[in-house]
Amino acid sequence: MSDKAPVPVVVPEKTKPTPARESRGLGSGTLLGWLFLLPAIVMLAVLVAYPIVWSLLRSLFGADGWSDFVGIDNYKELFTDDDTFTALKNNLIWVLVVPAAVTSLGLIFAVLTERVRFATAFKLIVFMPMAVSMLAAGITFRLVYDREPDQGVANAVVTSVHDMFSEGAPYPGARPRNDTVLTPQAGGFITKAGTEPGGTALLPLVSLPAEKIPGDARPAKPGVPPAGGLGGVVWVDFTKGNAGKPGAVDPGEKGLPGVEVEAVRGGKTVASATTGKDGSFTMPASVARGGPVQLRLTEANFAKSFGGYDWLGPNLITAAIIGAYIWMWAGFAMVLIAAGLAAIPRDALEAARVDGATEWQVFRRVTIPLLAPVLVVVMVTLVINVLKIFDLVFIISLGSSQKEANVLALQMYIASFGGGNNQGLGSAIGILLFLLVLPAMLFNIRRFRRENR
Amino acid sequence: MKRFVGALAVASMLAMGLAACSDDGDDKDNKSNSTPGGSGAPAVPRLDGTTVSVAAVWTGDEQAAFKKVLADFEKRTGAKTEFIPTGDSASTFLGQRVEGNAPPDVAFLAQPGVLQQFAQKGWIKPLAPDVQQAVQANFASQWQKLGSYQDKLYGVYYKGANKSLIWYNAKVYENAGASEAKTWEDLLKNAGLISDSGTPPFAIGGADGWVLTDWFENIYLSQAGPEKYDLLAKHKIPWTDPSVKTALETLAQVFGKGDWFPGGSGGVLQTEFPASVPQVFGDPPKAGMISGGDFIGTNIIKDTKAKIGTDAKFFGFPAVGTGKAPVVTGGDVAVAMKDSPGAQALLKYLASPDAAKVWAEQGGYLSPNKNLGMASYRDNATRKIAENLITAGDDFRFDLSDQAPAAFGGTKGEGEWRDLQDFLRNPSDVAGAQSKLEADAAKAYAGG
Repeated sequence: MSDKAPVPVVVPEKTKPTPARESRGLGSGTLLGWLFLLPAIVMLAVLVAYPIVWSLLRSLFGADGWSDFVGIDNYKELFTDDDTFTALKNNLIWVLVVPAAVTSLGLIFAVLTERVRFATAFKLIVFMPMAVSMLAAGITFRLVYDREPDQGVANAVVTSVHDMFSEGAPYPGARPRNDTVLTPQAGGFITKAGTEPGGTALLPLVSLPAEKIPGDARPAKPGVPPAGGLGGVVWVDFTKGNAGKPGAVDPGEKGLPGVEVEAVRGGKTVASATTGKDGSFTMPASVARGGPVQLRLTEANFAKSFGGYDWLGPNLITAAIIGAYIWMWAGFAMVLIAAGLAAIPRDALEAARVDGATEWQVFRRVTIPLLAPVLVVVMVTLVINVLKIFDLVFIISLGSSQKEANVLALQMYIASFGGGNNQGLGSAIGILLFLLVLPAMLFNIRRFRRENR
Repeated sequence: MKRFVGALAVASMLAMGLAACSDDGDDKDNKSNSTPGGSGAPAVPRLDGTTVSVAAVWTGDEQAAFKKVLADFEKRTGAKTEFIPTGDSASTFLGQRVEGNAPPDVAFLAQPGVLQQFAQKGWIKPLAPDVQQAVQANFASQWQKLGSYQDKLYGVYYKGANKSLIWYNAKVYENAGASEAKTWEDLLKNAGLISDSGTPPFAIGGADGWVLTDWFENIYLSQAGPEKYDLLAKHKIPWTDPSVKTALETLAQVFGKGDWFPGGSGGVLQTEFPASVPQVFGDPPKAGMISGGDFIGTNIIKDTKAKIGTDAKFFGFPAVGTGKAPVVTGGDVAVAMKDSPGAQALLKYLASPDAAKVWAEQGGYLSPNKNLGMASYRDNATRKIAENLITAGDDFRFDLSDQAPAAFGGTKGEGEWRDLQDFLRNPSDVAGAQSKLEADAAKAYAGG
């Protein structure tokens, strides 16, 4: 259809006389005509009409088969069920987003490839995903979206970009031994009680894997407060089996070097110190002069490294699957549009350029209008395709996010075969899906007829 | 590689339509090198010239091992045997064979519910009196009950699974100074210890719903007791029962701890079972322990370098509350689908310790047969798991979700699987989880 598509732009069809219905001299015309049509009619009846009618009837019966007439109950359930509603909502998102995105991407690719040297190679690569089966693509994207950055490409890219701009904290995941001494505050921890001048603060942390403790860390030892100042220690308060006394420095427990400690009074930071190899720190008398201070271990010490996104989690799942779909189908749109582009009369473009139009204006005012028929065909094909989407959603979504990713075709499958085996309800969903696809189909059929006239 | 297995599983799910298999991801791997042996034959008749067909789900090593069992049967009786693989949804496959008037002589079923359903439809035949005697002599009465429909004995539980184990990384335990827990409190304390030592204590493959149902079942069986467990399995008490509330609250003591799992709760829900095992036994370990069945041993061998017995150890799921330590099981039951002497002879043979011994010697197998000598098992780990299974006597219970209709207990993204995933996401909402579970259960039990 792509090579035909640009033609209708200029042909003044309206004036053509419609061909009269008459036999063309092949004997008793109508009978022979029907004979030729017979195979097609039989095929259509068996493969299209019969299933539609059967589904329609089946949708009026319940899970137990033909003996279980329920009338329109299945349809009632369909419109009151949360799952179907989510599916419907997702289908709507798909229809609104995907055809537009795929077509514009295809358009961009098609227009750009016209101007590059290795256009064929490029087109081949973009088109290649079309050759991959939905199943294989689904499995591939399952891996792409894996949560672990060392397995999933998506998170590997996201985290490495993120890590370029911010360095990880030295002790991610560490937390206070208990909440009697330290409480969480803004990603870090702050002491509950103030430390008096001359006092020693013991700041116990746990939950640090052995490999996160620097090799040169020495056994924890509180810093001796200078006269009038204060001292303290930040250390890993963990011995095997929690044998040590919680909150006290036991033999064998190591200090944490390089921890930022801030002295806070009335919410304001008045001084800061960094712990030494044995986890000790001291603050001069000038800090403590105004009375007791709270000690804060800043967020910079503990911020968990960015682990990427939960692509397959309930929030992103539909977007993630749509991404996979676009990857597959952009090539399809590109090839069709490129074919349409090739058929555009060059002189129209040239004329516009001669008249002084910029490239953008040429694209916007000449290319796109001339391409419009192709674009519409691509869009409508995609709408129909997207409404029926099943495989990618079924394969990519996890058990924990399948409900959020649900679409009508999948819901139809689940209702019919997913344990409940309610093929009546499944048929009802099928009919709904059919009604949704119908307008797009009719639109396409009308277009064909107009073009063929 | 392991990801590929999961991918393949998805592929086969799609190809097969609905995979009715639920909790038994037990594709046990074994390096079979021993040959079948055994004497002291069960009194099976000579069947020269007859062919006995057997349908079962097993593939790969399991199929090879079972074929040795069949070979031993051939040697004893002179009959020929034919193995028919059913594919993942055994019940659909068998249903089609029955409709097509070509059922196998003997079939293996993974869910007690399917046995009930088949018996109700008259698709399977009761055991002959001598086979019944053999079953009564060799199996705990609970296994007999599972193989019965309306007080008639139909099935022989030839293969069992023990789902009440906690596998742990010995090095992580050593570093934390933790020890094997006998009670739930102990388990929590040790988990806290491991967390303090800097490793999240638990790996849970929560993207697969059945992993979560197994957690719940172990707690519920121990805490509420077998009687309540049976009632809940039949949906004679609702999921809004106070006993369920207590069990969920207990479960929340683990599920509610965000930093007890690698990646937090979000990480759990994105980790599928095959990926959760290497989290514990990989290098470096990302978690300390994992709750699951004997089949975890297979995953350890396949996907990690850890050695069972030294790097990877296990203990029984601890007792919760005042109850006994739970033993939740799975298993494959052999049933006769034809009234043929060959079928009954094979069932009688399968009920004997001799038949169990043939597979036990090859590994990757647990027998519910109480008269099988423990010496038949190849290694200490399996022996310990088998002992755990046999000594439970009649106190073990079959996996609850496998007893429920598939829509509730065995469908990805639906029913109990999904509801427990939601509960893991929001462990403080016990009442909400209960009402969702009850709503789904009511629907599924009414339909099934």
